[in-house]
Amino acid sequence: MTDPIDPVTRFTKTDFVVRKERIQSVSKILFSLMVISMIIPLLAIIAYLFYHALPSLSWEFLVEVPKKGMSEGGIWPAFVGTLYLVLISLAIAAPIGVFAAIYLNEYARDNWFNRIINLAVINLAGVPSIVHALFGLGAFVYAAQFGYSIISASLTLAIMTLPVIIASTREALASVPMTFREACWNVGATRWQTIRAIVLPNSISGILTGIILQVSRAAGETAPIMFTGAVFYKAVSRGDLFPYQLNEQCMALSMHLYTVATQVPNVKESLPYATAVVLLCSVLFVNAGAIALRVWLRNHKKW
Amino acid sequence: MTTESMQYCIHTRNLNLWYGEFQALKNVNTDVKNGLITSLIGPSGCGKTTLLRCFNRINERFTYVRTEGKIVILGKNIYDPDVSLIELRKSVGMVFQRPNPVPISVYENILFGLRIHHPFGSFKKSELDDIVEKSLMEVGLWKDLKDRLKAKATSLQLEQQQKLCIARLLPLKPDVILMDEPCSALDIEGTRAIEELMYQLRGRYTIVIVTHNMAQARRISDECIFMLLGEMIEHARTEELFLNPRNPRTGEYIEGRYG
Ligand SMILES: Nc1ncnc2c1ncn2[C@@H]1O[C@H](COP(=O)(O)OP(=O)(O)OP(=O)(O)O)[C@@H](O)[C@H]1O
Ligand SMILES: [Mg+2]
Repeated sequence: MTDPIDPVTRFTKTDFVVRKERIQSVSKILFSLMVISMIIPLLAIIAYLFYHALPSLSWEFLVEVPKKGMSEGGIWPAFVGTLYLVLISLAIAAPIGVFAAIYLNEYARDNWFNRIINLAVINLAGVPSIVHALFGLGAFVYAAQFGYSIISASLTLAIMTLPVIIASTREALASVPMTFREACWNVGATRWQTIRAIVLPNSISGILTGIILQVSRAAGETAPIMFTGAVFYKAVSRGDLFPYQLNEQCMALSMHLYTVATQVPNVKESLPYATAVVLLCSVLFVNAGAIALRVWLRNHKKW
Repeated sequence: MTTESMQYCIHTRNLNLWYGEFQALKNVNTDVKNGLITSLIGPSGCGKTTLLRCFNRINERFTYVRTEGKIVILGKNIYDPDVSLIELRKSVGMVFQRPNPVPISVYENILFGLRIHHPFGSFKKSELDDIVEKSLMEVGLWKDLKDRLKAKATSLQLEQQQKLCIARLLPLKPDVILMDEPCSALDIEGTRAIEELMYQLRGRYTIVIVTHNMAQARRISDECIFMLLGEMIEHARTEELFLNPRNPRTGEYIEGRYG
């Protein structure tokens, strides 16, 4: 047992431990370099965009309408258009997605039918947006006869974001410990009462984050709206908050960026960059809101 | 080294531990004797697990834990700056409440620690086979498992898994084995088997075991430490602690008045 080791050197590093620690710190450095190499391009993109966009950036740029064949002026119609598309698509996708996820996670039994649904949801989340665009064109523009319109485009975006919302909501629901539900069932609560009282309040932060992250996706996609309801140009008055009817086409930021960057001759040099900055900032703003919301809700939940 | 300090394996002096603001250990002074089985008893939440986890510094996993005082194991203060956690944990092994074999084969489970602590290729295949056989023999699993060495460790019965977790420590030649309620997930048969195993290991390893089961503490341990609300109340030979407790609170706990 008590081997004659001098207690002073007991538990001290052997050469092999020193070597292991060296490998350990090398891998740690390597991994942190990976983190840095991920951050640098991100910062570079932002810096590059801002640098080139600077001459155009102003409040005027946001609320002004495009001028001189879109080669000058602002981006208000596109900005409002994107706002419309995102809000309407989420208003459709969020409730459907959340309720579907609740059904799948809380009510559905583990049988082959539900397993197939799960599989379908996961796979749908990976379908390229251009495919959704074609579907939207066929289903909403032609078959449902909504025409090229905000409603067609929003429905297409909703179809696109739905599977991801279902998946993220299910994850949030699944992270609520089973013991909480058992506690409720054991006092005779129905499933719905349990969901209302315990499951939803404790998973709402995850659910909201999942939904809000889809905002940036909906705002950024070009293909689905280009096929179904976005136009190059639409005359709108400056700063008008309600310029579009739901059955009309609209402008959108992503599409507008594409247009001014590639289609319009003699565009003021900083204009496409400024458009990109507005798109980027709106998305970052929404994401920052999601994070703030999550932090706030987290502090209210403890287990 | 004096004979006095040879006799003791683990000393703690004025050991205090805080989880954030909450003080879980208060001025704990113990002397655990070499080669004996010492059990830690006391009501839930009195800090048994916390004390046990101090002995191989696994509490430091939580960043909000603060420890003060001294823990001397075999003559060395384990909070000295030159102590390597790797070497410490090699010689102070731990067995957990739920058996936690690594989800690989039985054979590789036994060798897991060995491979971690020795450079690649330090052992010949035949040496490894011997080590596995010896370790499994020592915990009494060899007969059952010698034809199933390639089986996944997580597919064994709970009792076998727990024995395997003990066997896993042995190739590293530990000095101390810490056990945190090792039998609470096992049935009577499994419990008996583990207790017998501990008795086999007694003398060669210093064993500290946390248990909720008074009868078990009485059956297997040479000495008992009774803890209450983070303090060490009494440390005595097992018969003495159960028959003539010095502190009235010990007596009341043993009689089952509280806890
Ligand atoms: N990670 C932790 N963070 C904060 N407090 C903790 C933590 N672990 C334990 N505690 C607290 O420290 C006290 C002692 O806990 P410990 O787990 O050591 O008790 P125990 O005697 O092992 O109890 P049991 O018999 O239930 O296992 C308890 O009051 C517990 O709430
Ligand atoms: Mg415990």
